[in-house]
Amino acid sequence: MSKLKIFTRGFFKENAVFVLLLGLCPTLGTTTTAFNGLGMGLATTFVLVMSNIVVSLIKSFIPDKVRIPAFIVIIASFVTIVELTMQAYLPDMFDTLGLFIPLIVVNCLILGRAEAFASKNSFIDSTIDGFGMGIGFAMALTILGAVREVLGSGSIFDISIYNGDGMLVFVLAPGAFIALGYLIAILNKLNKSK
Amino acid sequence: MEYVLIIISAIFVNNIVLAKFLGVCPFFGVSTKVETSIGMTGAVTFVMVIATIVTYLIQHYVLIPYKIEYMQTISFILVIASLVQLVEIILKKVSPALYQALGIFLPLITTNCAVLGVAILAATTDGYGLIESVVFAIANAVGFGLALIIFAGLREHLDLIDVPNGMKGVPIAFVVAGLLALAFMGFTGIA
Repeated sequence: MSKLKIFTRGFFKENAVFVLLLGLCPTLGTTTTAFNGLGMGLATTFVLVMSNIVVSLIKSFIPDKVRIPAFIVIIASFVTIVELTMQAYLPDMFDTLGLFIPLIVVNCLILGRAEAFASKNSFIDSTIDGFGMGIGFAMALTILGAVREVLGSGSIFDISIYNGDGMLVFVLAPGAFIALGYLIAILNKLNKSK
Repeated sequence: MEYVLIIISAIFVNNIVLAKFLGVCPFFGVSTKVETSIGMTGAVTFVMVIATIVTYLIQHYVLIPYKIEYMQTISFILVIASLVQLVEIILKKVSPALYQALGIFLPLITTNCAVLGVAILAATTDGYGLIESVVFAIANAVGFGLALIIFAGLREHLDLIDVPNGMKGVPIAFVVAGLLALAFMGFTGIA
């Protein structure tokens, strides 16, 4: 597989959120605004790239039987790094994302990529795969966050678009499910008409 | 009274799946049949309660006294992962029937964020002692099961009705989950 293909397949064809339906908890839980979605997406991308790199580098030293716990420890270390860094430099975002920062550990996307890709491929390919998948994930979260922000509070990236009250339900929990459902439907439609 | 409040709040008002978005992956993954969702609920309840007890003890007797709270994420996930393995081995030996029923769901629970989420919430909420934490874990597991089983029932019907082409399958399931979440929001006034 060419490097470009590895990089870009995470964007649409194998998008973690819209197609593979991985990592749904942070996707739904943190996307109240476009900024929050982007923040969560970037934090996840960092952990994904770093864990892919480390896993691909030390894959030959890990005994097959304990590889899953080993991957989890690697991922958890990077999540702790993100947690402490964000607490120090972006305290506001740390408060809004709250519980979902430590929960990056159990994002099935990261463990899935470590197991399915990084443990079988070279260091360079794994890095590219991490970036591609991570950017696809961040993109999906930002799009969902933007849609919910526009419909729910009438702004995008905190810039006001229209006056008056938005539909509050899109900021609350039910709107997350409904917005994501329609986004997937639109994407299905686009994929089929190609 | 306090326990009643914890239970009502965790099951209905702040439902773990529909309001807090924890455990959404299994919520969509195994909710195609009512039977499998009952199995999943059993496995999650089992692991969630044990994991909450163990992580609570770790938090209050190891992490806080030695001032290493930043190790929380790593230690909790390791505890849960090994606990799932342990439960699997013990069940296989002690109760093969139960193992058969829960078997395939157990490995999935390691990456179920509901378990880790409840463990972290119970360990870090001020004023929760061990008993409150256990009640909290059980109530959340019941809330998870309730949402999962209702949703599985709805999805069995979804297969039979006429849905627009683009909305078939996953998209309509999300919209239905949204409506279910909307229904659960009606409980907000209780607590």
